[in-house]
Amino acid sequence: MKKLLNASLAAVMASTLATAQADEVKIGMITTLSGGGSHLGVDVRDGFMLAMEQAGRDDIEVLVQDDARKPDVAKSLANEFIQREDVDILTGIIWSNLAMAVVPSAVRQGPFYISPNAGPSDLAGRLCHNKYFNVAWQNNNLHEAMGAYMKQADVKKPFILAPNYPAGTDALDGFKSRFQGELANEVYTQLGQTDYAAELAQIRASDADSVFFFLPGGMGIAFMKQYAGAGIDLPVYGPAFSFDEIILGAVGDAAVGVKNTSQWAYDLDNPTNNAFVASFREKYGRTPTLYASQGFDTANLILSALDVAHPDDEEAFQAALEAANFESTRGDFRFGPNHHPIQDIYVREVVDQGNGPTNQLVGVAVEDLQDSFVDQCSL
Amino acid sequence: MTLTLLIEQVLNGIQLGTMLFLMASGLTLVFGVMGLINLAHGSFYMTGAFVTAWVTGLTGSFWVGLLGGVLAAAAVGAVVEWTVIRRLYHRDHLDQVLATFALILIFSEGTRWIFGSSPLWLNVPDSLSGSVTLPGGVEYPLYRLAIIVMGVAIAIGLYLLISRTRLGMRIRAGENDREMIGALGVDISTLYTLVFALGAALAGLAGSTIGALQSVQVGMGEPVLILAFVVIVIGGIGSIKGALIGAVLVGVVDTLGRVLLPGLFKLFMAPSDASGVGAALASMLIYVLMAGILAFKPNGLFAAHD
Repeated sequence: MKKLLNASLAAVMASTLATAQADEVKIGMITTLSGGGSHLGVDVRDGFMLAMEQAGRDDIEVLVQDDARKPDVAKSLANEFIQREDVDILTGIIWSNLAMAVVPSAVRQGPFYISPNAGPSDLAGRLCHNKYFNVAWQNNNLHEAMGAYMKQADVKKPFILAPNYPAGTDALDGFKSRFQGELANEVYTQLGQTDYAAELAQIRASDADSVFFFLPGGMGIAFMKQYAGAGIDLPVYGPAFSFDEIILGAVGDAAVGVKNTSQWAYDLDNPTNNAFVASFREKYGRTPTLYASQGFDTANLILSALDVAHPDDEEAFQAALEAANFESTRGDFRFGPNHHPIQDIYVREVVDQGNGPTNQLVGVAVEDLQDSFVDQCSL
Repeated sequence: MTLTLLIEQVLNGIQLGTMLFLMASGLTLVFGVMGLINLAHGSFYMTGAFVTAWVTGLTGSFWVGLLGGVLAAAAVGAVVEWTVIRRLYHRDHLDQVLATFALILIFSEGTRWIFGSSPLWLNVPDSLSGSVTLPGGVEYPLYRLAIIVMGVAIAIGLYLLISRTRLGMRIRAGENDREMIGALGVDISTLYTLVFALGAALAGLAGSTIGALQSVQVGMGEPVLILAFVVIVIGGIGSIKGALIGAVLVGVVDTLGRVLLPGLFKLFMAPSDASGVGAALASMLIYVLMAGILAFKPNGLFAAHD
């Protein structure tokens, strides 16, 4: 008898559990937590989880997996999330080549994809999709903004360089599209190159009045350190990717004085951002990077849409995402028709106020910047 | 292209070459003496850099850090030889590649586990920062100049060690006939451990000095390892002299290719296309050089076992 009671009790519990699961929302996060550049993925995850924790909802399950920056791993994780876990929303990918491997097929299979970082031009234009949203930026945005800023700042002849791979050529094209002036030289370096002696000698020998570079990760660290040692005193400009708080820690004083463009700064003064920076520092014991703010904003966008509709109700959920009715750490935030942000891009300067170099907000580079691929999107 | 710029770029090439020589000499010694292909050589480079960054952070002195990095790389090399590598001498090269590749993964994950995945901070010491003006008006970073001087000193030291000392004689004998030298009563296993640790120490020295110039991060050794393999293939496997010539050749060709090729293509192409094509071709140049040399000298320039 007792056994029977237990069994029926278990059955009842199982059925209530099953109904609870039907309303539950599953979010699959594929991000880079190991290997080169893993601090980007770690910060996106930590920012995302911080927002989830602050929301305190127990009907949302977040599954996190490491793609190790490998497209094939990301692809198989996405298949696992979609087919086995039946997730409603995918997010987390850092690198554009991984996003291109995963996103186009993933959104066709059902889940929404909300990008906290990678914004390749194809996904903003030709391959845009009603279930794909980018909360961060289109890849070219920060370079375009720096081109515009340097033109305003009356820079005459910059020396520009980037690695010879798609994001590198996009970066210099984006820069040139807004700068439209004379260049001292345009140099493509090898991807993964760590010795820049040859390029630095060219910079010194040129008649450039400034340097713009896009060298993400370890390449940027090596370049900045060698730049400081080469005795060149031209002003340096670049996108925020080479000057996040983690990289500044490795570059040291060599980065002081560099101006960089970012859609966010930790000293951007609005209540949401102040609260975010304070709570992030308290929980993780470090200053958040722009990637952490993107993870935080991504989670809050998802939460705001979940308040309106369940992802199973696709049209309502998509409309709720498009409305972007959440408090962004960037202040004003809205989506363009291709589901990419239209936002202000700021200029920051690296300063040292006694406890290591850090970024300080200087001003706005471009207001309401929209990506240049929106016309190619059919949405 | 002015003459001073050309001189500076040649110096840059030689500096890259001396760093490659430090890596390649250990690799080629280990292969020449023990017949072992060691893919984990880049891990000693990384170990040297990380320990240097860590000790420098603790003590505030780059020189103490450098010493610590070199000693740590040598110690790790000796331990690895003693625990893993010595079981591989009699296996074929495929087993060696597999086992030492596993070591790369273990070292990378282990380093991440201990030091975290963010790059560490390590800077050029104050006494060697800034640049000096060389005769002829070439302004050159002092630290890079110091690397060249150190590389030359080490090349001379290695030459003396191998040609003039008892240890060097045994190393040469080991290259020629390892059974015979064992039969003559030389403690072959201690000799192997010593040679392996020496190679690891040189790799650690390269990692420590270059770490101050570049970034100290997990996986920093593998790109250098690939270049070092190119160097020993060009120079002739097992030959220290070949490693030296090959390293300087690769360093100078790589550097000058990166500088001159885009300029060459700009003569008849649009500037943005020219820099792309030039950069792409420049990154292939050392492999073209390797293929060219192997076509005429299949064993490399100074093969030890001709």
